[in-house]
Amino acid sequence: MCAEKKFDPLENSAYEAVVGLEVHVQLNTRTKMFCRCENRFGAEPNTNVCPVCLGWPGALPYANRQAIEQSLRAVLACGCEVGEFSKFDRKNYYYPDLPKGYQISQYDQPLGLGGQVDFLLDGEKAGVQLTRIHLEEDAGKNTHVAGRPVSFVDLNRAGTPLLEIVTEPDISSAAEAGAFLRNLRLIMLYLGVSDCNMEEGSLRCDVNISIRPKGAQHLETRAEIKNLNSFNFIEKALHYEIARQIDLKERGEEVVQETRLYDPERDETRSMRGKEAEHDYRYFPEPDLTPVTFTREQLEEIRSGLPELPVDRLQRYTSELGLEDYPANLLVRDPEAAIFFDACIELYPKVRSVANWILNALKEEANSRKAGISSLGLEPGRFVDLVKAVDSGVVSSQKGREVLKPMLESDKPVVEIISELGLEQISDDSALREQVEKVLSEHPRPVEDVRAGKKNSVNFLVGQVMKETRGKANPGKVAEMIGEILSA
Amino acid sequence: MTKSVFDTRDSIRAGELTATAAAEDALRQVEQVNPQLDAATEILREEALAQAAELDRRLESGEDPGPLAGVPFTVKSNICTLYGRTSAASRIIENHVSPYEATAVRRLREAGAVCVAKTNLDEFGMGSSTENSSIQITKNPWKTTHVPGGSSGGAAALCSATRGMLHLGSDTGGSIRQPAAYCGVTGLKPTYGRVSRYGLLAFASSLDQIGPLQHSALECALVLEAMAGVDEMDCTSRDVEVKDYVESASRDISGMRLGIAPELFPDGVGSEVRERVEQAIEVLRGLGAEVKEVSLPNARYANPAYVLVSAAEASSNLARYDGVHFGHRTKEAEDLVALYKSSRAEGFGPEVKRRIMIGAFVLSSGYYDAFYLKALKVRKLIRKDFETALGEVDAVVCPTSPITAFPIGERMDDPMKLYAVDVLTVPANLASLPALSLPCGLSGAGLPIGMQLYGRAMEDDVVLRIANAFQSETEHHLQAPAVNAWGGGGEA
Repeated sequence: MCAEKKFDPLENSAYEAVVGLEVHVQLNTRTKMFCRCENRFGAEPNTNVCPVCLGWPGALPYANRQAIEQSLRAVLACGCEVGEFSKFDRKNYYYPDLPKGYQISQYDQPLGLGGQVDFLLDGEKAGVQLTRIHLEEDAGKNTHVAGRPVSFVDLNRAGTPLLEIVTEPDISSAAEAGAFLRNLRLIMLYLGVSDCNMEEGSLRCDVNISIRPKGAQHLETRAEIKNLNSFNFIEKALHYEIARQIDLKERGEEVVQETRLYDPERDETRSMRGKEAEHDYRYFPEPDLTPVTFTREQLEEIRSGLPELPVDRLQRYTSELGLEDYPANLLVRDPEAAIFFDACIELYPKVRSVANWILNALKEEANSRKAGISSLGLEPGRFVDLVKAVDSGVVSSQKGREVLKPMLESDKPVVEIISELGLEQISDDSALREQVEKVLSEHPRPVEDVRAGKKNSVNFLVGQVMKETRGKANPGKVAEMIGEILSA
Repeated sequence: MTKSVFDTRDSIRAGELTATAAAEDALRQVEQVNPQLDAATEILREEALAQAAELDRRLESGEDPGPLAGVPFTVKSNICTLYGRTSAASRIIENHVSPYEATAVRRLREAGAVCVAKTNLDEFGMGSSTENSSIQITKNPWKTTHVPGGSSGGAAALCSATRGMLHLGSDTGGSIRQPAAYCGVTGLKPTYGRVSRYGLLAFASSLDQIGPLQHSALECALVLEAMAGVDEMDCTSRDVEVKDYVESASRDISGMRLGIAPELFPDGVGSEVRERVEQAIEVLRGLGAEVKEVSLPNARYANPAYVLVSAAEASSNLARYDGVHFGHRTKEAEDLVALYKSSRAEGFGPEVKRRIMIGAFVLSSGYYDAFYLKALKVRKLIRKDFETALGEVDAVVCPTSPITAFPIGERMDDPMKLYAVDVLTVPANLASLPALSLPCGLSGAGLPIGMQLYGRAMEDDVVLRIANAFQSETEHHLQAPAVNAWGGGGEA
């Protein structure tokens, strides 16, 4: 019944999709939202807990200022309106992963209202309207063991700060949802408020989806797909669900308002719970916490400290700096690389060489350590010294890569490392000429071929010279010299 | 043996009394009266003596273990202590031992005080008679057929019948002041935010406050001084200077302005109560206080607003007792929902269930605006009323309860009748103000009558000062109840 997933189910369809997202971003604060437990992933179950996040009788929450500031950064970066007054509310429901019997969240006065996130979709500028952004605490994690009548509850995650970003039903395709989310993730990374590690669940998404006849203005019954934690799954789940709903309508059946679960193994969505009445969470203001207030000055200070957003950065790289689309995109998609790039070009404005060296040599080095560029601890100034050395011919680009590793292991100046390793390019013409002539005399056949006009043989001879000089020669110069000698 | 907390403290500091002897004496007193009163839920003999012995070692070696070194104290069973059960007098957590202690308790302990007993209460603080305890019904030491008031009835009864100890209670709608009045002792509900609530099992978070029940305002001042102050574990605690309350309470009150609000002398106030309070006001006038009438037009809506706000918060605060994480778990349940339902149905008493149901109802969509939100608006108006009145006077005087202690069982069948007892105390919680009850005489039946003082926010010292001036002039607070630990009734 499902349409081919490779094809867009909306292509040539009489329907259009209406999609809204609820994105949960786990903040990377030092401590949890309402207690002093560390905010980290992966401890032994129920070890990173205290009376507050366990909800022990008598314990009280205490709001984490860092989480509120990080949230405000996100809220301002997404262009939300920020009131000068915000408060926390209790969302009351029973579930074993929720020890207090309520979740501290925000109801009618969230940190941010409205807002818009801009991004590029197939090279075109697009935007998604936000409804709101609010801050809440995460619940614990339930584990059910198949075939055994027990469930386990791990409360390490309970009380960790979670930002919920709700969009308007403003998205009309899986591709648009994917592009929006990738960009939202980048914004959070540039803000430094979350590691957005989807495998560890620090970015999760609920999807609301309905379809309607093309051009219609009303909203039809929607289904919700909960807890998607990969961009790929989100797009696939949307494709499947759009196709499923179209199929239902075509057969004259109704879409049921329900919560569905995406099964990646079978690439389908399944009903999780049947049609249900809207749950009454009995929200009311959290009396254990004082309202969150901030002055215009505080907001301005946060606003002025916001980083450049990814779309603007891409625009600057291509239009202002003249980078090609490809390297510009690669840089923007890796905030650590982009931030490092910006620091480097302040010192050395040859943007192409710098970008090239970051995207190749440096990223390779970082990848080999399974780390980000920032964790290499490399000063932009030293890195630029290396790029300069290559650009000015002090070291060949091939040998330059060999300099990188020792640079990361000592604080010695780059030129010193190059000379210690004996990697300087032979810049003395007469010394180089000697080497070239030696190679030419040892390889009469290729020399003949060159004379006969075979260009490939030049490359062979250059290669031989490079081999003789253990890579220290400038290959361009060698080729030039071979040409001169043989045409003389 | 009829000594004050100051005597106990000073004797120990002077080396005339060991902490162990003080603890022994306190334990003896509690053990002597408890069979008649059922006021203590647990007597912590071993733990108390061990702590006292440790204090004696430190005292002997010349250390100063703190300003309250060796002074015994008791803690209401809804306040977390490291020793003894914090059961809130509820079946649902009857054997609960807290892994941490309340900030107020910690501060007393760090000042050198020794916890000797946990005291009885109405389940989770919900009640005005201590009849809603899953453990036992506490009796009034003045007349053991009568209730001690509630919910801090255990602390009030024990305070009344013993000497030389500190008693911690909690007050959500009068739970310190009303039992203090019924048992003839002095009870202070501090300003909201004056004492940390960390470790107090929440009934209604925006109303709850820990406070002392003692034999005099000066003793209350001493306890307040030791436990007040901002706490990083409770962000509703306020960072306002902690005064030398004993010193400031000792000043005279000439020129102080007292307000009388007709709304706090409603028709329901019994004639004996009215008379005694009016006589007490005359005493205060004689001490140099000016008395004038003030108006609190919205005070008559305080009780319904209180019932709704407190129930709403309680319905959420008590959600954690679900049989999964905390509390009694039913033996068998088909599924998760059944587990929740049966555990809670078996664990909570009827009054608690009633309040949870009221609270869940008033927060439900469709009813929220008409009930909960309306109650919040009333609360705001009552706050404003007090702000205005306390702009004209330094304190407002009224009875603590319209009636005196009533016979056990009399009001259990009619919750509205029981709630009516709170009518004069709940405004202080709604308005977050300090309020104190002190004895001002006995009824014809020989039951104590309490007078109440309302002060401005964070001016706990003012109500303590007025009460102390009164107690320096009168002896109502020195009257002894029928059941007491020093033998014989009459004057102590």
